[in-house]
Amino acid sequence: MTDRIEELEINLLLEALYQRFHYDFRDYSKASITRRLRQLKERLGYRNYSAMLEGLLHDPAVFPQMVGYLTVQVSEMFRDPSYFRALREKVVPHLRTYPSLKVWVAGCSGGEELYSLAILFREEGLEKRTMFYATDINPRALEIAAAGVYELDRIKGFTENHQQSGGRSSLSDYYTAAYGRASFDRTLRERVVFSDHSLVTDAVFGEMHLISCRNVLIYFNNDLQDRTLKLFSDSLIRKGFLGLGSKESLRFSSQSDAFQDFMLGERIYQRRDP
Amino acid sequence: MSSNARIMAVAIGGSAGAVASLSLILKELPVDYRPTVFVTVHLRADSKSVLVDVLRAQCQIEVCEAEDKMPIRQGTAYIAPPNYHLLVENTGALALSTDEPVHFSRPSIDVLFESAADAYGAALVGVVLSGANRDGAHGLSAIRAAGGIVMIEDPSAAYASTMPLAAWNACPEAQVGTPGQLASFLKQL
Repeated sequence: MTDRIEELEINLLLEALYQRFHYDFRDYSKASITRRLRQLKERLGYRNYSAMLEGLLHDPAVFPQMVGYLTVQVSEMFRDPSYFRALREKVVPHLRTYPSLKVWVAGCSGGEELYSLAILFREEGLEKRTMFYATDINPRALEIAAAGVYELDRIKGFTENHQQSGGRSSLSDYYTAAYGRASFDRTLRERVVFSDHSLVTDAVFGEMHLISCRNVLIYFNNDLQDRTLKLFSDSLIRKGFLGLGSKESLRFSSQSDAFQDFMLGERIYQRRDP
Repeated sequence: MSSNARIMAVAIGGSAGAVASLSLILKELPVDYRPTVFVTVHLRADSKSVLVDVLRAQCQIEVCEAEDKMPIRQGTAYIAPPNYHLLVENTGALALSTDEPVHFSRPSIDVLFESAADAYGAALVGVVLSGANRDGAHGLSAIRAAGGIVMIEDPSAAYASTMPLAAWNACPEAQVGTPGQLASFLKQL
């Protein structure tokens, strides 16, 4: 078993991150957060978590490193192409019936999912009536998302995914390549609000037609997952859509009654009528 | 065997050539098998998880693809889905993660083994099968350090020896055997 002392030290560290810096990881998946903290401890060269706690509280350089490392996520554009195909073929026809749309990419990390949706909405002729909200707790990730610049060696995979998702255009229409990087067209983010928002501590900020939150809930424990799903159901319009990661489900959540399956295989749900 | 009565879980990892060994082992486990089995095998990220269907058709124990937050049951084999790490929570549930690959692998055997060692301590058996990279060696030492039993597929007979050899270097005291010998030990737990 995890050493009792180590468990105590990790709890103290998470408590300090919350009380001193207002970043709340206390209800994150213990297995995942333990793994990240263990790697960070090795990387920063601390002999134990108590020494790391001392660093966190007394060395101002430690906190940004720690929060950056604990929240970093790397995704891909059009990750799981069948999810985006399902949005395109099954969800978009419903979205077309609304004169204006709000889409929330919750936990947007470096923006890969946001740009995927922006491109999909442009291809489907919905972009002009849509406002996108891209939120994350990692300030560095929000900067990367707002910049929309990715390493060129990742573009091949993005392009394949985009084609498999039923893309109606070429991904190369949306970026310019230079110096080993692909810079995505700034017009894709004209209708995007990038914002610092925590699923742990922040509240509803709008009525959404679609919330896409993929591979974020897997990092939360059951309580926090339930809280987040409640936040999503409160944030969605009646019959609004929720898309999760392909191995996430509502099956093990107390909030499962708030949603109905729309496309179960793709983990797309619809808010139930209250 | 009474000395093994403490064992509550078996974690198995492998890569190239491991599916054959894995199915040889899993199909030996009896329908009333008590420990939980966790499996991480490297597969192409975009592969449909046919592994679960293949194993399910051959095995007496229940086989399912791991899902996030799935409660852990005895006598069930949970298979890591392609492109996700599988972790074990000490609350009796599974967890998945999309953290960066480890040894170019997601799912990674090290990630499974280390979290399972945290959750089960000495009540765990770790098994490293055939494979062509070093994933699993670090995790197997974590299982050993937590007091668990460590086992390795005989590198001289394995399809690919790199992975079992790396695990052996990390855990020289590990029990080494053919899939049949590993199965005979595991099925009496």
